[in-house]
Amino acid sequence: MSSSPIEFKNPVLKWVEYRLPVFSFIDSSVGGSYPAPRNLNYWWNFGSLAGIILAVMVATGIVLAMHYTAHVDYAFDSVERIMRDVNYGWLIRYIHMNGGSMFFICVYIHMFRGMYYGSYKEPRELLWIIGVFILLAMMATAFLGYVLPWGQMSFWGATVITSMFSAIPYVGDALVTLLWGGFSVDNPTLNRFYSLHYLLPFVLFGLVFVHLWALHVHRSNNPLGVEAREPEDFIPFHPYYTIKDLFGMGVLLIFFLGFVFYAPNFFGEPDNYIEANPMVTPAHIVPEWYFLPFYAILRAFTADFFMYWPVAWLMSAKLAGVLAMFAATLILVLLPWLDTSKVRSNKFRPINKQFFWIFVADCLLLGYIGAKPAEGNFIIIGQIATFYYFFHLVVLVPLIGILERPKPIPESISTAVIKSAE
Amino acid sequence: MVSSADAALSTSDSDEKSRRDFLLVATSTIGGLGMALAAWPLIHSMNPAKDTLALSTTEVDLSPIEKGQSITVVWQGKPVFVRHRTADEIEQARSVSNDDLADPESDEDRVQKAEWLIMVGVCTHLGCIPLGQKSSEPKGEFGGWFCPCHGSHYDTSGRIRKGPAPKNLAVPGYVFLDDTTVKIG
Repeated sequence: MSSSPIEFKNPVLKWVEYRLPVFSFIDSSVGGSYPAPRNLNYWWNFGSLAGIILAVMVATGIVLAMHYTAHVDYAFDSVERIMRDVNYGWLIRYIHMNGGSMFFICVYIHMFRGMYYGSYKEPRELLWIIGVFILLAMMATAFLGYVLPWGQMSFWGATVITSMFSAIPYVGDALVTLLWGGFSVDNPTLNRFYSLHYLLPFVLFGLVFVHLWALHVHRSNNPLGVEAREPEDFIPFHPYYTIKDLFGMGVLLIFFLGFVFYAPNFFGEPDNYIEANPMVTPAHIVPEWYFLPFYAILRAFTADFFMYWPVAWLMSAKLAGVLAMFAATLILVLLPWLDTSKVRSNKFRPINKQFFWIFVADCLLLGYIGAKPAEGNFIIIGQIATFYYFFHLVVLVPLIGILERPKPIPESISTAVIKSAE
Repeated sequence: MVSSADAALSTSDSDEKSRRDFLLVATSTIGGLGMALAAWPLIHSMNPAKDTLALSTTEVDLSPIEKGQSITVVWQGKPVFVRHRTADEIEQARSVSNDDLADPESDEDRVQKAEWLIMVGVCTHLGCIPLGQKSSEPKGEFGGWFCPCHGSHYDTSGRIRKGPAPKNLAVPGYVFLDDTTVKIG
């Protein structure tokens, strides 16, 4: 495992390297001088895949911005013009539209991978926490972007989400007026959402940079959760993982472009092809699929929900729902400390492994409930699933860490991987 | 001699230090305050502009609205429900005791003239527009309005009776300019 910087023979590279060591920086970040655990599996592809999607979103977004008009009278028509008249406009917009969904697919898998293999544990807590903030920034960006086409779902999604802030006591209404720049979602709102939608991806880039910086300090976790120490635990990132990431990118692009070309509106809502009308609310307001679990948590909080009772004297059910929705994401910041087990990987945690999958199923169930109307059994199921979400993270995870007896852990990656192969 | 010089230096040092500390705290406090003040124009620029505020009143001609009919007018970009209530509806709204209300408010406090119910048609839950303005639309379990988004039911006074909304439909400020004209805002 060579960690000494590489020598350049090319005089131009040499000249630049002497003045700005950019090539050795690349080499030590994603090149042959960056040591990676030798046993990373395909679940480790999704971080780089998310990064690729971010680049695709920025590239297509910059071009879309050249054709889009952020005004309530023109926004919808300008998007239709992109679809019909602008050369390849349909392709660029469909890539951008479906790219949002792909981004969330990659990031959610990336996060569940981190949870399964305990990648958030010491010394990678901050790496994980930065990741949670990346998710928050992504959510904000996606929400703002969805408003821009100015369809019915854009408008009413914006109205519902911004109205949440009115639940805050005392300053709520003033805050919503500040967000809107008026007394309802209107032209000032559209303009500032466009401005922020263009800004936030750069914030995301910054966060991703810090995320990678933290990653490179202690390097990748691995499926065994045993820290890579010996030289034989590592292989160079290039060419082994560059080629693996490229292969993963090929698979992702087949999946991604399959939607773009054959089912471009699969993730969309037909109502968003109706221009925004502030006087008519669509029968069912549904957020994009990646917000559905959080939407279910928001709606679970009604006056008769038992999780609301302890705080009923303090706040309205509406405020409790809004807080719970934000808490559902923010609580992940505490996960490194909620998990009391010293063992990282679920490979060696027989009990926790089962509860991990129940938790995944619970998140999917919340997503299903979020898409259904808030009536009858859907409310009850949504409330139970909401309870379980928090119960898992706050009660089960710490408890299992204490009570569970993990399986024996291998001494090192090389003993586990190489010896078993022999 | 070195030690005495050191001692002299260190006393003046610590003296110097507390002065420096004071200067540091004072300048960073004023600097921070200045930054906060400088941020205010940027934040306040996001509040409603003058032209937006200028559109803050709407006049409505009530004469074409028959008993039992409603119209929706636009005020500050929001729908305002104007309902010419029937005697039955008024009776129904006034017979409710405050104990049955989530947000207790008597019907008398919500109207200036009993037959004219004027309120902002925005659900107090998350801002959807309740149904019930047209005779063909569902009016909910209390004969008033029904919000399809998350299932809030409002009565014939626009008060919340069932569902997740925390408050009654808001009554905007309005004045009757004459018997058939009202100015909202």
